Amino acid sequence: MTQTTAPKNFGFGEDEVMLRDMARKMLDDQLPADRLRTLVAENPEPVYGHGQRAPWDEDLWAAIVELGWTGLAIGEDERGSDISMVGIAGIIEEAGRHCLPSPLIPTLSASLVLRAAGTNAARAILTKIAAGEVMATLAITNEQGSWEAEDAPLVATASGYDLILNGTAYFVQDAFKVGLLVASARLGEKLVLCAVETNAAGVTLEADHIHDLTRDQATVHFKDVTVAADAIASPNASAAMRTVWPSLLALVSADMVGASEWLLQTTVEYANQRVQFDRPIGFFQAVKHPLVNVMIEIDRARSLLYHACAEIDAGSTRAEVAARMAKSAASDASNFASDRAIQLHGGIGFTWEYGLHVYFKRNLHNQVYLGDGVYQRRKLADILIGPSNTQSGQS
Amino acid sequence: MATLDFSSDPNEFRAYARNWLAENAPSPPPERLPITPIEVMTVGQRDYLQTWQRKCYEAGLVGCDIPKAYGGYGMSGFQKIANQEMQRADVPYLINMVGLSMAAPTIMRHGTEEQKAKFIPGCLSGDEIWCQGFSEPGAGSDLANQRTSAERDGEDWIVNGHKVWTSLGHFAKWMILVTRTSKEDVKHAGMTYFLCPIEGHEGVTVRPLVKMTGEEGFNEVLFENVRVPDAYRLDEVGNGWAVAMTTLAAERGAAEGAGSGGFGAGENAIGDLITLAKETVTNGICAADDPITRDAIMQQAIVAEGMKQSARRAGVPALCDHPMRLPLQSKVSITEFDQEVARLGVQIAGAHSTLYKLDPKAPGQGHWPLSYINSYGATIAAGTNEIQRNILGERVLGLPKTK
Repeated sequence: MTQTTAPKNFGFGEDEVMLRDMARKMLDDQLPADRLRTLVAENPEPVYGHGQRAPWDEDLWAAIVELGWTGLAIGEDERGSDISMVGIAGIIEEAGRHCLPSPLIPTLSASLVLRAAGTNAARAILTKIAAGEVMATLAITNEQGSWEAEDAPLVATASGYDLILNGTAYFVQDAFKVGLLVASARLGEKLVLCAVETNAAGVTLEADHIHDLTRDQATVHFKDVTVAADAIASPNASAAMRTVWPSLLALVSADMVGASEWLLQTTVEYANQRVQFDRPIGFFQAVKHPLVNVMIEIDRARSLLYHACAEIDAGSTRAEVAARMAKSAASDASNFASDRAIQLHGGIGFTWEYGLHVYFKRNLHNQVYLGDGVYQRRKLADILIGPSNTQSGQS
Repeated sequence: MATLDFSSDPNEFRAYARNWLAENAPSPPPERLPITPIEVMTVGQRDYLQTWQRKCYEAGLVGCDIPKAYGGYGMSGFQKIANQEMQRADVPYLINMVGLSMAAPTIMRHGTEEQKAKFIPGCLSGDEIWCQGFSEPGAGSDLANQRTSAERDGEDWIVNGHKVWTSLGHFAKWMILVTRTSKEDVKHAGMTYFLCPIEGHEGVTVRPLVKMTGEEGFNEVLFENVRVPDAYRLDEVGNGWAVAMTTLAAERGAAEGAGSGGFGAGENAIGDLITLAKETVTNGICAADDPITRDAIMQQAIVAEGMKQSARRAGVPALCDHPMRLPLQSKVSITEFDQEVARLGVQIAGAHSTLYKLDPKAPGQGHWPLSYINSYGATIAAGTNEIQRNILGERVLGLPKTK
């Protein structure tokens, strides 16, 4: 592993600034807060009452694919744009800031996994993703919601050159928005990765009834699903999954950093307008100081996020520690930002109509997804303090 | 002062500084030094540290960016490099902290040619130690509520009043002093800033104040008809508040510098906590195996790394939404981190945290509880963290002013 000297600017140069600013402008124009509310939170009844999937803007998504965002994490040989992780984080922050409902993070995550797998089969799939022909998501989580890559949800058995998959993958993100599942399975002692189309024979998508209005989630059943040799993305994926895990954590962290900053700025704006006791409530230190504390927590998460991305980009052995720190800080900061945003808005923040809940729920989902702060710190302690001699839970 | 001919290349200067520090790091002090220079109390500590500062100054590591006419080296941007290298080399701190990071920048900005020539060289060499006379019994967070008066008397001013929390006052030759010179103008108006003689000066009484730890750490300074020449007035009569703001901004800047260079201290603190946890066994259970303790240590490890990376990010404008957003956080972050780490050390050491430093059974010479008790000095000094949060809320977030 290389241990290069970290660049002063985390590798965030002119190109990365341009990409981020373009993303911000595009989403400011196409998905302003009132449009988001009309899109996903017109009425609670369809989603919560009837279990329908929250709507999303497929035209906006087509424009995003046109811009090449789905190929950001894909190498140039596969006709992706091969943007650094820190550059991708800048764009994902904007997606989080606008609560963009889309399979962007799932597709980037799946691409990063395929790229780490590095096989010809994986590269062929990446070429299709880069071309915008197909979107993908990861099906790598078991019923208990384990965030350990080795705890694959599926079982594979060999059948000639093919594999047969059986089992159920849980907590699959935005499965209804994509055409391809990158699924992990146990093949004896080995961890394998397979690319399976969502409409393949034997695959059934069952929609989860979830809180977050900006994504869908599925429980995906695999019944004797045949995977041809050219769809086996990795016959032995343990090392690849270890390598790619920090990137998966960084993507979700970036989303939370962006969403939390939006909550902070929106609450500051409200505190400057809302008058009680003849003053804007932001005058009162009971309001002012918590907002400052939210800012400090967001900034900690944001700095740790860029650090994690820079370590990932450098191929550093410290990437896991850096990314788990970022995910822990971002999970906690986003929880705090959501919490104070609702509380400091008072009654109006608690209403459906006002729409703060859209951010609150997206943050809540992201806090839990891939492990919350406590979980990340348990993993960090195993690395930085050493394994615990008493039983300290999952590890 | 030795004549040194530096290359104007920052990398060469850094290499020079690193090399010099490696070769000239002093032998350990005769008695243990306190954590910060403002707590230096004994003559032995002072003599040791003054010798060290003079040596650093003569080597060109102090006064780098001050013009040669005032005893400096006339470079630009080199002091930051020297400071980073001194932090890195883990050599003793410079005792004249108030002089270097508060008095000198203020005098350079507001002083006359005569004042710069008179005051700056001794400040750099450390031969003349400075203290700060801002806080008063009735002017803490509300700094503008100054009562210490200065009245014109011919070519002099007559000062009467009471300053508190005066670190290094017992060793100081000079004080940066804020006074009220007009009773008509209220609050921010009517204040005037002086460079006031302290040591052996008639009418000045320096009395130690005892901290909550039982140690002497700072002083109160009483002024009874103290005569200060008008030549020691800094800037215009009535402009004292603006001058004081220069001092506070310089102080914050120095704290940021310490933040960006001092992250090693954070990493060391986490290492110390882990060592303590591994060495603490109660009823056969090692603290390092306790899940709650592990989580608490990791929380602080994340804060430490966050401060380090924020210091790095503060230098990348494209990744900062507001230029003062990160710099203004550093005082709050560093002081509360130190406090939380010490509190956690107390928690891990358990029953042993009851022991004072002189008890031979105290682990780490009683370091953890004493650091914890002492940590409130930093969360209160230099603008309480509550005042810092007002500043952040108002200047960075744009919330309405508390006052």
